[in-house]
Amino acid sequence: MTESLSVAAERTGGGAGDEGTGAAMMPAGRRRWARPARWPMLVLAGVLVFLYTPIAVVVVMAFNETGSAYRWSGFSTRWFGELAADQVILGALGNTLVVAAGATALSIVLGTLLAIGLARYVRSGLLDAFALGPAVAPDIVMAMGLLTLYVTLGFSLGLHSVLLAHVVFGTALVTATVRARLGHLDPALEEASRDLGASALQTFWRITIPGVMPAIIAGGLLTFTLSLDEFVIAFFTDGPATPTLPIVIYSLVRFGITPEVNALGAILLLVSIVTVLVAQRLTGLGGRDADT
Amino acid sequence: MGRLLLLGPGLLYLTVLFLLPIAAIVGISFLESNRFGQLRWEVTFASFERALDPLYLRVLATSVVIAGITTLLAVLIGYPTAWAIARLPPRWRLVVLILVVLPFWTNFLVRTYAWIVLLNTEGPISGVLQGVGLIESPLQLLYTPGAVIAGLLYAYLPLMILPLYVAIDRLDPELREAARDLGASRARVFLTVTLPMTLPGALVGAIFVFVPSLGNFVIPELLGGGKTVMIGNLIRDQFLKTRNWPLASVLALSILGILLVLLILQSRLSRRYAPVSHD
Repeated sequence: MTESLSVAAERTGGGAGDEGTGAAMMPAGRRRWARPARWPMLVLAGVLVFLYTPIAVVVVMAFNETGSAYRWSGFSTRWFGELAADQVILGALGNTLVVAAGATALSIVLGTLLAIGLARYVRSGLLDAFALGPAVAPDIVMAMGLLTLYVTLGFSLGLHSVLLAHVVFGTALVTATVRARLGHLDPALEEASRDLGASALQTFWRITIPGVMPAIIAGGLLTFTLSLDEFVIAFFTDGPATPTLPIVIYSLVRFGITPEVNALGAILLLVSIVTVLVAQRLTGLGGRDADT
Repeated sequence: MGRLLLLGPGLLYLTVLFLLPIAAIVGISFLESNRFGQLRWEVTFASFERALDPLYLRVLATSVVIAGITTLLAVLIGYPTAWAIARLPPRWRLVVLILVVLPFWTNFLVRTYAWIVLLNTEGPISGVLQGVGLIESPLQLLYTPGAVIAGLLYAYLPLMILPLYVAIDRLDPELREAARDLGASRARVFLTVTLPMTLPGALVGAIFVFVPSLGNFVIPELLGGGKTVMIGNLIRDQFLKTRNWPLASVLALSILGILLVLLILQSRLSRRYAPVSHD
């Protein structure tokens, strides 16, 4: 079983090495002791090739006239045109956006309040673990449990049931990012605000919330992206009349290679890249870069 | 702001839509359903006994082996990768980290679909192998257990690299220098200093790769062509098609049980090998 995999990795490594050579040419780390081992850099280069070859294949096919992955027949935006005319996909896109936007909004409110509450009042780690649990729980278990609950309570299935399900992991994500940010904020700011005569509510709106705003936006963006791509929970908890985009992609992909999926994949790729880059800017990672 | 206003809404929401669903799975696993999927409200261990049927045990074993091989490959590839990233100049480190994480945020189904294209008999991998004369006829890579492992590895490798990177980045280089100065060989420094201190990170990565691999039903279906049945496929079919909720619940609990055991193991290990704090 493993042979075919290593062959796959090797072959993709030999094929399109564009991304890989770039990484391999980076200066190998300057270490103060011993000779730096070179081979981990080669593994890193191989990993980047492994990660980006499939993505490159999708993008290339999206712009290929015949939609084939094997023979280039000329640049074309034809598949994007067909995509734009596909009522089923457009409808599903609308459904997905409704779910993602609603789930993100609700998750931001619940997650932010929860994170501030946990940071202020809770000393034990048990509630922390509970609040972050949905981020670790296997999606198939969550999907099954939620559908069981909906059916048992006689709750109707549709976009609303998917939305409520997505809020579960969204709340955990926002709680995690905001909680991390609160650890870096100076509590003396809130105290100073209160000492200067601001009410608890004023302090909350003018000091606490602006302080954690980057984390709220980052957590919200991550929730939005995850909800946009989420398949398993949506597959279980959605009603048949309102499929989300991943459900439609699943039904297309099951029946083999569909050129429209390439165009759709390329667009979704762009959306993900922009979102992750914006979220990255807003979280602490960018700041740490400046420190080191 | 009151404690209730801050903590109340979130905790209430998670209690109803996270804790209650899992409690429902636990509860239903002690019931039995008839041929039409109707539950009989009587506590029984019958569904646990049914799950021990060799047919289901074999699926569980296959899943554990496939998820295990995926996790092992992820550690073997992820460790040197994380090491290499930690050795990059700071400016490059962030760029490469983003590059590694980015595919994880792109659509899971589209990524899996790309592998259908790559592994196809007429696909580029088979073509290159024929071109260099390694194989005579087109090679069937798709719809094999190897294809499932490749897909799972592709989907979850970033989740291994990230915690490993954090663990390696946190290492105090002076510890290794001290070991070297005291005469330890490089291999020995790695085995007695570096490895134990990065083990908790590796275990976090292993959980992040192993657990979702175990419960995945899309990759075995799309890349395994239904020939490789994993526990995720079984749960999906028992729950949505056969409508045997109690059996599906027992199977889901087995995944949850494995997750809990791994989490406990991880927290024990990280306490034992707690890295020296810099604060």
